Amino acid sequence: MQTRKKYIFLTFLASWLLLFFFGGDQLRRFAFFSGRKTEAQRNWPHWTDRSLLKNFADPEELQRDGDPSLLSPRERRAAWLSIYKNSRCRMETCFDFSRCEKNGFKVFTYPRERDQPISESYGKILTSIERSRYYTPDPQEACVFILSIDTLDRDHLSGQYVRNVDEKIRGFPLWNGGRNHLIFNLYSGTWPNYTEDLGFDIGQAILAKASFDTESFRPGFDISIPLFPKDHPQRGGERGWLYQDSIPPRKKYLLVFKGKRYLTGIGSGTRNALHHIHNGKDIISLTTCKHGKDWEKHKDTRCDKDNVDYEKFDYQELLRNSTFCIVPRGRRLGSFRFLEALQAACIPVLLSDGWELPFAEAIDWGKAAVVGSERLLLQIPSAIRCIHPESVLAFQQQTQFLWDAYFSSVDKIVHTTLEIIKDRLSPHRSRSRFLWNTLPGGPLVLPDFSTHPGDFPFYYLQHGSSPSEKFTAFIRVVSQAGSLSQPILRLIQAVSGSQYCAQILVLWSCEKPPPPSGKWPQTTVPLTIIQGRRKLSDRFFPYTAIQTDAVLSLDEHTSLSTSEVDFAFMVWRSFPERIVGFPTRSHFWDPEQGRWGYTSKWTNELSIVLTAAAFYHRYYHSLFTEYLPAGLRELVDSLATCEDILMNVLVAAVTKLPPIKVTQRKQHKDTVPQQVKGTAGAAGSRHFSQRQDCLNQLVDWFGYMPLVSSQLRLDPVLFKDQVSVLRKKYARLEK
Amino acid sequence: IMCASAKYNTRGPALIPRMKTKHRIYYITLFSIVLLGLIATGMFQFWPHSIESSSDWTVEKRSVHDVPVVKLPADSPIPERGDLSCRMHTCFDVYRCGFNPKNKIKVYIYSLKKYVDEYGTSVSNTISREYNELLTAISDSEFYTDDVNRACLFVPSIDVLNQNVLRIKETAQALAQLSRWDRGTNHLLFNMLPGGPPDYNTALDVPRDRALLAGGGFSTWTYRQGYDVSIPVYSPLSGEVDLPERGPGPRRYFILSSQMALHPEYQSELEALQAENGESVLILDKCTNLSDGVPAVRKRCYKNQVFDYPQVLQESMFCVVLRGARLGQAVLSDVLQAGCVPVIIADSYILPFSEVLDWKRASVVIPEEKMPEMYSILQSIPQRQIEEMQRQARWFWEAYFRSMKAIALATLQIINDRIYPYAAISYEEWNDPPAVKWSSVSNPLFLPLIPPQSQGFTAIVLTYDRVESLFRVITEVSKVPSLSKLLVVWNNQNKNPPEDSLWPKIRVPLKVVRTAENKLSNRFFPYDEIETEAVLAIDDDIIMLTSDELQFGYEVWREFPDRLVGYPGRLHLWDHEMNKWKYESEWTNEVSMVLTGAAFYHKYFNYLYTYKMPGDIKNWVDAHMNCEDIAMNFLVANVTGKSVIKVTPRKKFKCPECTAIDGLSLDQTHMVERSECINKFASVFGTMPLKVVEHRADPVLYKDDFPEKLKSFPNIGSL
Repeated sequence: MQTRKKYIFLTFLASWLLLFFFGGDQLRRFAFFSGRKTEAQRNWPHWTDRSLLKNFADPEELQRDGDPSLLSPRERRAAWLSIYKNSRCRMETCFDFSRCEKNGFKVFTYPRERDQPISESYGKILTSIERSRYYTPDPQEACVFILSIDTLDRDHLSGQYVRNVDEKIRGFPLWNGGRNHLIFNLYSGTWPNYTEDLGFDIGQAILAKASFDTESFRPGFDISIPLFPKDHPQRGGERGWLYQDSIPPRKKYLLVFKGKRYLTGIGSGTRNALHHIHNGKDIISLTTCKHGKDWEKHKDTRCDKDNVDYEKFDYQELLRNSTFCIVPRGRRLGSFRFLEALQAACIPVLLSDGWELPFAEAIDWGKAAVVGSERLLLQIPSAIRCIHPESVLAFQQQTQFLWDAYFSSVDKIVHTTLEIIKDRLSPHRSRSRFLWNTLPGGPLVLPDFSTHPGDFPFYYLQHGSSPSEKFTAFIRVVSQAGSLSQPILRLIQAVSGSQYCAQILVLWSCEKPPPPSGKWPQTTVPLTIIQGRRKLSDRFFPYTAIQTDAVLSLDEHTSLSTSEVDFAFMVWRSFPERIVGFPTRSHFWDPEQGRWGYTSKWTNELSIVLTAAAFYHRYYHSLFTEYLPAGLRELVDSLATCEDILMNVLVAAVTKLPPIKVTQRKQHKDTVPQQVKGTAGAAGSRHFSQRQDCLNQLVDWFGYMPLVSSQLRLDPVLFKDQVSVLRKKYARLEK
Repeated sequence: IMCASAKYNTRGPALIPRMKTKHRIYYITLFSIVLLGLIATGMFQFWPHSIESSSDWTVEKRSVHDVPVVKLPADSPIPERGDLSCRMHTCFDVYRCGFNPKNKIKVYIYSLKKYVDEYGTSVSNTISREYNELLTAISDSEFYTDDVNRACLFVPSIDVLNQNVLRIKETAQALAQLSRWDRGTNHLLFNMLPGGPPDYNTALDVPRDRALLAGGGFSTWTYRQGYDVSIPVYSPLSGEVDLPERGPGPRRYFILSSQMALHPEYQSELEALQAENGESVLILDKCTNLSDGVPAVRKRCYKNQVFDYPQVLQESMFCVVLRGARLGQAVLSDVLQAGCVPVIIADSYILPFSEVLDWKRASVVIPEEKMPEMYSILQSIPQRQIEEMQRQARWFWEAYFRSMKAIALATLQIINDRIYPYAAISYEEWNDPPAVKWSSVSNPLFLPLIPPQSQGFTAIVLTYDRVESLFRVITEVSKVPSLSKLLVVWNNQNKNPPEDSLWPKIRVPLKVVRTAENKLSNRFFPYDEIETEAVLAIDDDIIMLTSDELQFGYEVWREFPDRLVGYPGRLHLWDHEMNKWKYESEWTNEVSMVLTGAAFYHKYFNYLYTYKMPGDIKNWVDAHMNCEDIAMNFLVANVTGKSVIKVTPRKKFKCPECTAIDGLSLDQTHMVERSECINKFASVFGTMPLKVVEHRADPVLYKDDFPEKLKSFPNIGSL
């Protein structure tokens, strides 16, 4: 039975195949059976004479694109100045670059006038600028000017609306038609159209505005900033809400919205449709009609039921428990919702057509938000359901990075604005989009240091490169003795013995001149002496002599052996963005005093590595000297004992990671003196309390405690294992 | 609605379906199909031959001169001028594109016509070689549709690449009479040479209403950001001359200028540069005394020296690209092809594809006013960066400049990305050259987070039948404070797990998952039961780890959540004699792997292991019943670029009946097999991703002279 069936089957198959072969020609031509061929027929034809076709342009014409009858380039540029003004401003035509050439990028704020009250938010913006490293009190050396008139709220129905701005501005001798001015604005226009009108003529000033419309946005000139609330912190700022990377995104809701539904007027089109996607399960879209005074006048049949549902859910709770958040336009294009969603790691789904997204000149929003179209609201649910879980995870992480790097405080928003303008001044020394969109973010990347990702400690993996294989030992000498002490000689010997040491630099910070070169020990690597300026912050100055990626920072009293140095350097190569070192300290929250405590006692944790013996990337010298505001460096110079804490705080603020402690030989533990000046008794405790004060002042400057604690120490793989010492590469570490 | 992605199986490894008695139905269906096929074929075989289409069949053999002629009456309508305020949300009809599972726009091409005016004079050349290539590329691409009703984007076959050869008014009339013109909505025009004397406007002068313009030579004042697409001016030399890629590095000249007919003002500025900096600056111009027959476009001269163009471009680090009458210059394409870093001096120019390409990585833009400072500006760029720019320049040419096809597809992709932004191509895909894509890693867990300790970890014990040892492991692991759940993966299909009452009573939930097949990969399945980020994979015979050691391991994992954090470490070595990789389990000073018999890692890697493991590694592991841990080490190292973290001192993982870890490792054949795994995986990955390090993690005060009772993790390293 079985075999017969098989035979029949085979015969059928064979005859069918045969038929197909012989009759196939017709079959293949029959349109119904082969759609592919039909398509080929209707495709763009392969012309028989295609090889004879002429080029679109004569090669000579392409290569000689000159026309002597034209204006000369100089004349053309001059002519532009009169044509491309005001609404057609570009940096080339409306910005005076020459103002920035002599003194660099300096920002001046007009003095505040007593009788002119300013809003809390504008006060914060001005404070941010005055605190920044670009601030100058001298208008003569300024490159960018900022008005003291509060221009944030230009809705003339608002209480904060400042009248007669035009008149006031005209009275300013520095105004100059708005050239090189930067104007901040959060609200423009008013009911019912909410236009982009500011109620005064900004002339040639750069406008940094929230809810910017692409049509009135002058590309490469204006800057779109996010709408931020009154109580947005001045500095520091809350961290994002993403604490864990879950996959799949283990959240209760997929997509949420809770907000007003406009029954009439601008923006009502989108807001009125949002309830359609509500499914009561994983998509929650709640609207209320209750807003304004006379909402009941326009009330429709949905309102009462919607209003009831609306009260059933809590906005914060939805924000916390949803993967995506709808961020639709309101009356204006931007909303507070945008930053709220970003902080909550709730991926913004933007429904705000024509919105020039905040800092889009720098930020690649495609990595952190779904830019939807108001017209395609109903497709949103299916579109986001199709986003892969791993993309969702990447989006979530990116929201947190962007929030933390550019938005979490007024300082960050203002500084990002300034950095974007600064980047335009010298296009060849500006950050690539890669640098803006990769941790730690644009403001922490100094283009004056380099624009090459391989020169920074952050991008080795993404860039596919690795840190240099050698280090520079950098020894600071401050002792008053005129001659070289025993410890420093031993230290130089030990360090120069390392196969990874490229050179030794000695920072001579004493009053007495350094001993002549003959007095210094003979080393296999070059030894250079740098005359310091006797400031503590000097030790983190970006000396051009430092050419290796790694710096081994040392004090003259530090005692290290060659194998300790070798091992620590190998560890640093695995963690080039961190400080890797030997003696450590830790911080803790002191609830009794209500302040941060600092301890040098042996603890199970560490958060500070003393720079008396530590490896770190040379870029941190640049960050320390150029990124930090001068006030901070003055602070540590005045305290005389805190520069290493500042360095640790800086690196932790940049990386959000703890430093790394490596093992140290026993007999030398804590022979490294606490600090330069005496350690005993009263002096010691004064020193200690100074450091604690300093730590608290730094926390105040940064607006939060950047230090992160670690519970581990890295030891050689076979450290103190019961195997023969002969097998151990770093046996000397165990002595 | 279907997603483009495959739905992942969220519930354990699937059973293999088995057909037993259902074959009868199968046969019957098969028979009927065959029978039907027979009848149908027979019918067509003997059907009158009228099916053969007569008209379409000859299309292939047509000449461009045979296309239908369309006469444009003098008063036929002209579209409005282009609207500068057009944006996608105002002038583009997205409803035509719709939601589609592939997230691809559909592009329709109008058929070719020859347009003549009332007097029969033709309006323009029918079609240029380049435009024909461009349309051919679109029609061969995934974007193409022949169904005008399903199209989202329309491309006229009217060739407007070069405005110089157009009769503007008549071309506009020709556009307006296209069947779906509708004010130009969703129509895309390609233009490379816009404007004409004396104004040389920077966008095509043909009135085009709402049509999108893919233009070469936009200025910031004519470019509608997010609506238009800036494209290169194609250089026909790209197709003619084969310039082999030259490795990046120093070149004979530092700056080279190769353009002819530069404005005298630019010319004199360049000459001033040359006078100042000598031979490193080379300024070429047209040759005046060439013998006949030598094409002037392929030669350049400096004084009496004659150079081949574009070959000479390969001799310089930087090549100047100055604006001419127009902003876009074909020389940019030649310069990129030569791997020379373009120095773009054209104020207000919108660089090609600037919406997606990061030109800062491939070029130097210098404002016209700063021309005198060009030399010092370029000198300040570090050598490493120049080399990268050279590579990047060449890559841009290869990917986006080299042919009309490349230009057409990049343009369509940009428009596609705007319509389906959630499926858009990323910055990295647009910008990273293949070599970078290959050597760089993008860590999926890139945000520096230290997961909260309160979350705890889920222990997953893979077991077959060693119940006694399993119970001991469960009891030991349950002592670890941060354990939040214990999952037993019961990999034995022939035996039921012990009854509920027999299991040890522990303080956290204990779940047993039964698998469908005895596969090693079951250990790495992303079970829904895993609610924590941290997973502790532990074998059912690992009883020697103390609670302190496990808890410390978890703390270390919290500091390195994107790494494998494990106890026994292993190393891979290059065997110079055999010329292949070797597995090493001896006491070495280095580690590159940790065994997953006892290791913490992020649940994400379970997901990767199950769904994204490259090649046939997963099946290979299941078939060989070995090396799942090595595969995991490869996977994690490859995706993160980071090393493992070995925690705590080495222990003898002694257990008499052990078949895993050290028990077996001693076995010679086992070692050989493990080495084979490494070689196999390295070849599948195409690289050796494992990173060798010399460190391990211990508690801060490990072995320090400090009261043990004050240490967080005193019981470490005891045997």
